[in-house]
Amino acid sequence: MSPAAEEHAILDPALAKPFPQAVLPVLRNPQLRKNVAHAIDVIQGKRAKLVAEKADWQELRTAAAAIRSHALDNLGFYLEQFEARCTVAGGHVHWAADAAEARQIILDLLRQEGASEVIKIKTMTSAEIQLNPFLEASGVRTYETDLAEIILQLGDQEPSHIVVPALHINRAQVREIFARKMGLENLSDDPKELTNAARTYLRRKFLDVPTAISGANFLIAESGGVAVVESEGNGRMCLTLPKTMITLAGIEKVLPRFQDLEVMLQLLARSATGERMNPYTSLWTGVAPGDGPQNFHVVLLDNGRSSILARPTHRQTLKCIRCAACMNTCPVYRQTGGHAYGSVYPGPIGAILTPQLAEMHHAQSLPFASSLCGACYEVCPVKINIPEVLLELRSEVVNQERKQVGRIFDPMYLGLRMANVLFSKAWIFHTAQWFGRIGLRFFTGKDGWIHWLPSVGGKWTQTRDLRGLPSQTFHGWWASRPKEGK
Amino acid sequence: MSTTSHAREQILGKIHAATQPDGGQQQSYAALPRPCIRHGKLTAEGCLELLIERLREYDAEVVEATPEELPDAIASQLAASGKHIFVAPEGLPTEWLIKGFDWRIDKGLSHTEIEQIEGVVTAAFCAVADSGTIVLHHSATEGRRVLTLLPDWHLCVLRASQVVETLPEYFDRCEKPATLATYISGPSATADIEMTRIKGVHGPRFLHVILVRDQG
Repeated sequence: MSPAAEEHAILDPALAKPFPQAVLPVLRNPQLRKNVAHAIDVIQGKRAKLVAEKADWQELRTAAAAIRSHALDNLGFYLEQFEARCTVAGGHVHWAADAAEARQIILDLLRQEGASEVIKIKTMTSAEIQLNPFLEASGVRTYETDLAEIILQLGDQEPSHIVVPALHINRAQVREIFARKMGLENLSDDPKELTNAARTYLRRKFLDVPTAISGANFLIAESGGVAVVESEGNGRMCLTLPKTMITLAGIEKVLPRFQDLEVMLQLLARSATGERMNPYTSLWTGVAPGDGPQNFHVVLLDNGRSSILARPTHRQTLKCIRCAACMNTCPVYRQTGGHAYGSVYPGPIGAILTPQLAEMHHAQSLPFASSLCGACYEVCPVKINIPEVLLELRSEVVNQERKQVGRIFDPMYLGLRMANVLFSKAWIFHTAQWFGRIGLRFFTGKDGWIHWLPSVGGKWTQTRDLRGLPSQTFHGWWASRPKEGK
Repeated sequence: MSTTSHAREQILGKIHAATQPDGGQQQSYAALPRPCIRHGKLTAEGCLELLIERLREYDAEVVEATPEELPDAIASQLAASGKHIFVAPEGLPTEWLIKGFDWRIDKGLSHTEIEQIEGVVTAAFCAVADSGTIVLHHSATEGRRVLTLLPDWHLCVLRASQVVETLPEYFDRCEKPATLATYISGPSATADIEMTRIKGVHGPRFLHVILVRDQG
């Protein structure tokens, strides 16, 4: 199936459909589900092996969780320290309260440079603020340089995972995209050949384009340094060759000290890709005379993060180091892939992060997109208790809905109020059961199953079948059974 | 820029309202639990063996040499590479610049010039056996970042005394926070297409390591 033929995923929480509807195209696409399951199985297997060989895995998690909590509890202090040290080292620090401000700051910086093109290291934060479409509309061409991001950009697709964003696309689909967009008709679908095509495609861009944009894995308050982890070397190219580097980082990315990397780096690659260490980690501090970009800017992005900080149970959401272990282990993500979450952050972490970043105005269906099995908590390298936050958010969503005037006549809340009455007396319950059995007969198929229900009942039947009610209840059968010994 | 300073006050205001006031970070940081392993249990020899094993897993070629044998070891690596033009960081010991090859000493070479060069020879700051990581701090013997990035072939000279077993041991060797560093753990690679690991995407494709036995 050509990727272009598929429905275009919408990852803007303000525009995306609720999860139960957004998931339908995926559930009906066996190729996509196969691609996702294959990728997940491979990463999971590698991760499990490397975690098992680490004797102090749980101790590392404990240390990492403590460092991240401490950084968030003292976030203001560490951000100001980072700003001061980075500035002394020759960097420029900018603050952006929301996505629009961040986009404008970056565009203004690019305009100062007279930049018409920019090369990019994979950054989910830039996807969060929808930077590329904005820059393109403002006349700046963006070139993604991570292989997966090239596939997505050339194929006009959206990321479905935060570490391997193109995992839903298979080699035949990649071949089709590259052949079409790079004009390489004779390209085979061998991953090596496809990777070489990307190398050739980008080599000149790395040498010629003088401006680059990156994300950050960690900001180091103590030194004002920034760390980026990667595998391909495209990051090193972007961090070394251009004249100007703009780093976009969420305010939560800060670590108190350089030495904290000794814990984080042992956890991150093992959790993310199942490697002992990712092939390349780059660390730089402001501007190094004669080495790398001589203009360096950091844009610190809030975009809803500070309001997450204010709530004690929710604060742990910001501990996340974006390893994606939670989505790799999640039984829901495994079935649905990333697009159904309607956010650049899918999976369990996305289910708690996205609605909170939207300050509970959007993505309210996501906290329900979980079985609460707790596997995400178990693998999380910084011990985010995702199920705890999910439950908290669920109750907030319900409270929010109940207060809406329109919801008074919402079939679900109407139904629940009716149920309140129905369950109060046995005779009312039995009468309702009798009516219910007659009513459901209209929807019960010849096979004894209900495949479709109207209104609120459809919430069940859109993804599962329901067995029709038997002709007799247990109570009825008990009362009518032959009485022995009498 | 007025928007960003307004945003700064707004963001920091929200953060300060949400968290505890400043002060006491030093003490509370010092009290954080760090129960993970700091020091490895291997002997010095075992540690070197582990590093060699890890580097070979990454397809790096590793040879060993005594300090006296080092120039010869470098010469034979250069000869075996089939390449002729090499770049050296400005501080590289002159006895490593083997005669008979075309050496370009980096005194601010342009990217285009470096792109034309076939290989690079550098020292390193440290190596971590547990993860097979070579640490560069980009000193005068390790070179600017671009030197170990554009040439396709990298020969790294590592002294046995620079090898540690665990990552925390490397951090213990840093007197102050590194300001510029690259940690290399295997060649440039990707698994973005169907999780099939492909080596040599953008970084150097060939890594050679000479391990110098400088300890008793």
